[in-house]
Amino acid sequence: MANIVFDGVEKSFSQGGKDFLAVGETNFTVADKEFVAIVGPSGCGKTTCLRMVAGFEAPSKGVIRVGGGIVTAPGPDRAVVFQQFALFPWKTVLDNVTFGLKAMGLSEQERNKRAADLITMVGLEGYEAAYPHQLSGGMQQRVAIARAYVLDPGVLLMDEPFGALDAQTRVVMQEELVKLARKNPRTVLFITHAVEEAVYLADRVVVMSRRPGLFKEVIDVKKLRIEENWDQHSRIEDVMDLSSFVHLRSQIWKLLREQH
Amino acid sequence: MMHRDSLNSQQVMMYSVLGIALFLSVWYGAVALEVTPKQFLPSPHEVLIKLSSLLTQPFSGFTLLAHIASSFQRFLYGFLLAICIGIPLGLLMALSKNTDRLITPFFESIRFVAPIAWVPFAALWFGTGIGGPVLVIFMGAFPPVLINTYRGAIHVDKKFIEAAQMLGAGRLRLMVEVLFPAAIPSIVAGLRISAGLGWQSLIGAELIVASSGVGYMMVKGQASIQTDIVMSGMIAIGIIGLAIDIGLRMIEKLVSKYREN
Repeated sequence: MANIVFDGVEKSFSQGGKDFLAVGETNFTVADKEFVAIVGPSGCGKTTCLRMVAGFEAPSKGVIRVGGGIVTAPGPDRAVVFQQFALFPWKTVLDNVTFGLKAMGLSEQERNKRAADLITMVGLEGYEAAYPHQLSGGMQQRVAIARAYVLDPGVLLMDEPFGALDAQTRVVMQEELVKLARKNPRTVLFITHAVEEAVYLADRVVVMSRRPGLFKEVIDVKKLRIEENWDQHSRIEDVMDLSSFVHLRSQIWKLLREQH
Repeated sequence: MMHRDSLNSQQVMMYSVLGIALFLSVWYGAVALEVTPKQFLPSPHEVLIKLSSLLTQPFSGFTLLAHIASSFQRFLYGFLLAICIGIPLGLLMALSKNTDRLITPFFESIRFVAPIAWVPFAALWFGTGIGGPVLVIFMGAFPPVLINTYRGAIHVDKKFIEAAQMLGAGRLRLMVEVLFPAAIPSIVAGLRISAGLGWQSLIGAELIVASSGVGYMMVKGQASIQTDIVMSGMIAIGIIGLAIDIGLRMIEKLVSKYREN
């Protein structure tokens, strides 16, 4: 079981000799295999929350537990998909995807088998020998998603993964992520500033406030999605036209507006 | 002031030829006016004749090419040693603050000691064996390799390091598979500086602690007041140094071309 627990977490940074509170006291649990999206204005500390779960930064107060264990360092049980992809430019697609498996000590045969499955799943067959710069932004982010999924992590952390993509690519990637997440559910913490994206993808949406960053509201999307059977529509624009979706979106927009 | 580079390659060539001609005429002038006693300053054509005869006739036991070969061998040993120690140490210092703290003060205090200053100890420790010159070359070639590796590795985009860490990479894997490839352009630039300094230091070392090599040949030439031999040695040093630099520059170009694609 891989849940994420924020237990009295606070994070402050010192800036110009003064401490400022980036994330105020936060208590929150992402359930096992739940998809939670955090939305909020820029600078509200949503990325800091994700980075603390990843182990890139330590909370100033409190602890973060993943699957019961306290997070102290980054690790393959919490795979991260970055906004700027962060693929290794000197490695091929295959070598990027197998990097983590190699660190796990798997045999080459096992690595290639698992990588091949994931590369097929994200639709990149035939590009195994390509280098990242030869791929479009959307394809690069697919490699990054494959690189994270291939580790079979309990937790997936996605930091505005589609923020650097153009609008069309973004939509395609959102639809694919929904398929992937429904077929192969993980505990996901997803950071975005796009409200539609959060409502479309997540089971619950957290709205954060700014200075200090706090989990201000938590909105249950899953209940509505099941009641209104959103998943019968495979295209994002059809879901977005549903009155239940529109209603939820404007509700979250209102909450966000109050932050300014 | 900006250079207006409006000359075509022919005109540029003309200037180069003019420069060399000017240099040679000053040289001939100095010989003709006997600025120094005649045997202390050979004329250019005498040097050329000597240089070509040294290719076939041994002096101090070896032909010029054999002297060059033995110099180059020492250079290679010292240079490779600098690479083998400098690159891993530079990466380690970039990765580990404590290694950085441990090495930096010591390194900073010895890097301003000219490589030649190690010659007395090189002589005492190794005599005229290969160890002496290799030590001196190493002292010249090591700092640029270390510094450039360190700088290249410390400026690696943090996102690559974080990506490797979350994928479960340990320190060794981080060094070998992330820091090293990311720092290669900086490392190669360092190798050029390092090779130049190493090659220069080698000749200095050979003047004292060797029984073959271009530097040794020059000392012997000076001892028997055969200045044309000394001058031939200088020309050989220049040509080989240039060849080493051109070789490394080609590697540098190859690396950046590979990077762009």
